[in-house]
Amino acid sequence: MKRTAFAAVSALAFMASNVAVAEPQAEVLHWWTSGGEAKSVAVLQEEFAANGGTWTDMPVAGGGGDAAMTALRARVLSGNAPTAVQLKGPAIQEWYEEGVLADISSVAEANGWADVLPESIANHMKCEGTWCAAPVNVHRIDWIWANADVLEANGITMPTSWDEFNAAAEKLQAAGVIPLAHGGQAWQDATVFEAVALGILGPDGFKKAFVDLDPETLTSDGMVAVFDQMRKMRGYVDDNFSGRDWNLATAMVMNGEAAFQIMGDWAKGEFLAAGKKPGEDFLCQSTPGDGFLYNVDSFAMFNVDGDDKKAGQDLLAELIVGQNFQKVFNLNKGSIPARVDVALDEFDSCAHTSSEDMNASSANGSLLPSYAHGMALRGAQAGAITDVVTAHFNSDMSSADAVQMLADAVANSM
Amino acid sequence: MTKWLETHLPKMVLAPSFIAVLVFVYGFIAWTAWVSLTRSRLLPKYEIDGFIQYDRLFASPRWDTAMNNLFIFGALFIIIAMVMGLLLAILLDQKIRTEGVIRTIYLYPMALSMIVTGTAWKWILNPGLGIEATVKSWGFESFTFDWLVNPDFAIYTVVIAAVWQSSGFVMALFLAGLRSVDDEIIKAAQVDGIPTWRIYSAIIIPSMGPIFMSAFIVLAHLAIKSFDLVIALTGGGPGYATDLPATYMYAMAFSRGDIGQAASSAMIMMLVVFAIVVPYLYSELRAKND
Repeated sequence: MKRTAFAAVSALAFMASNVAVAEPQAEVLHWWTSGGEAKSVAVLQEEFAANGGTWTDMPVAGGGGDAAMTALRARVLSGNAPTAVQLKGPAIQEWYEEGVLADISSVAEANGWADVLPESIANHMKCEGTWCAAPVNVHRIDWIWANADVLEANGITMPTSWDEFNAAAEKLQAAGVIPLAHGGQAWQDATVFEAVALGILGPDGFKKAFVDLDPETLTSDGMVAVFDQMRKMRGYVDDNFSGRDWNLATAMVMNGEAAFQIMGDWAKGEFLAAGKKPGEDFLCQSTPGDGFLYNVDSFAMFNVDGDDKKAGQDLLAELIVGQNFQKVFNLNKGSIPARVDVALDEFDSCAHTSSEDMNASSANGSLLPSYAHGMALRGAQAGAITDVVTAHFNSDMSSADAVQMLADAVANSM
Repeated sequence: MTKWLETHLPKMVLAPSFIAVLVFVYGFIAWTAWVSLTRSRLLPKYEIDGFIQYDRLFASPRWDTAMNNLFIFGALFIIIAMVMGLLLAILLDQKIRTEGVIRTIYLYPMALSMIVTGTAWKWILNPGLGIEATVKSWGFESFTFDWLVNPDFAIYTVVIAAVWQSSGFVMALFLAGLRSVDDEIIKAAQVDGIPTWRIYSAIIIPSMGPIFMSAFIVLAHLAIKSFDLVIALTGGGPGYATDLPATYMYAMAFSRGDIGQAASSAMIMMLVVFAIVVPYLYSELRAKND
């Protein structure tokens, strides 16, 4: 079944690509180099080759993409940009403003991207009205993961409000279980912070604070409450959390040392890789509150010379958003497809929840970009906020001071 | 022709490296200075826009922390490494039998990369794995040694690791200095019945001035450019409590796409180096002219 679907999509794509005269060429810069991710990219490579294209792989590992961005900068400055680059969020528009992105509107319109992508996600792929990037997946950030046995042993259900979470955490602490598995790295502090902020400020407040950077919201009582909750969260973390990697925190939940973890859905990959079953061994639920925070990986298309490269770019864009790649890639990566019309039969229950919530929140406008993962703000602003969040979390700063510092830092980062 | 070659050959041989230094050192310093005056973000731009980046830099609490850390770390690292190095050198200088072996053992940490040092100390100082856990397992339940995860003390763990790495090297420098002091003077002092500690404090150490200066310069530039040790040991954390100017600059340039800000922090770092090196060069040159 899988094979026939693959063949059908390939055949379709092949017919479309026949229109192009030159042989498609693509040089792809990405940093998906670890196990499951590398496998996912290989799927795209095979599909590209099956459609007559020549793929030049340019993987740059390290630093969560920092190394790849440095390589990209050097390539662009020397006037020799790759065909497609793994980029996401406002970084796409930032590169567009440097005048180096290509227009792939013809592919997007021919394949009806506007109809199959949620509107707010589609907007990230556009540069002043034209399409300039192709989305690969949707990671949800505001997940809370739990060890089912630990919760049952302590008579706790998944929390639906932060008060419930606090009550559960205190109960767990009394029972000698670490309530929250957390790694003290700035981006992880920011991940917890934005989940808390979404819950307490609500989708509208979150949007005002972290998308519009509205100074009033940044210094509001709601924001003070967010920092108050962060102070409580600090108390639920073990003393040894500094510098711990996220997957080690996930392992703590897995082996029952800790009860909860707040982390994006790549954590699910760790559970599944360890042979744990969703709903039985571990539980997944959105963090308390409404809304959906997404982190969408995408490929931005750069200006290239030559018909063969342009043909490669078009073919690549078409395949990336194609149903087959969206399904296979996301099964490997733990995220969900960006397009809403992919059959989710082979996906697990957490992915089903994620997909349903995405559609619902897209309809009521609470589908929001993650600030901690570079979807909502540019690097300088997001970094300034993270500095304050992590400084507050790792010291005894008062919430009022933190809020003031937050407003100053955001103003200073402009 | 040979005459001409004789006078010009040295210049011709030196010219390529001179040009390379001119372009790749001074040229890029000038480029960085220029960029630090612009609003460059993702890619460098060249329209000058005043001192905005320096204003932003000095308004940033993270930069304050980084500079404070540099002074705390630099001062403690230089002083402790020099004292330790001198002490080890004096002890080794007592004509002990296994000097060669011991000297190698103390010098060996210098052969390690800072990344290895940082990673090893990260494990040693980690409260859940290292010293604290070990002492607790011996039955001292109330023992705590959590400097690595305590934002107020984390910078001192960087000092510990850096001193461990470098004091052997300083020892070797001082040992060479001690050996170069004229034996006759020391023997004369011993004949006069002067106690050993007086010989060291009044004769040997004062005559080692230049060695102190070299050790200081080497350690100072190690301190200012330290980057890998912090990255491996604490990752700049907890929070940004152990950020140094070099890690700040890296974060701005490579993680945040804020090149103007990174350039301005690089310029300030360079000024700090100048503040140390220029008086040294001045005193050296004046000494030669006299």
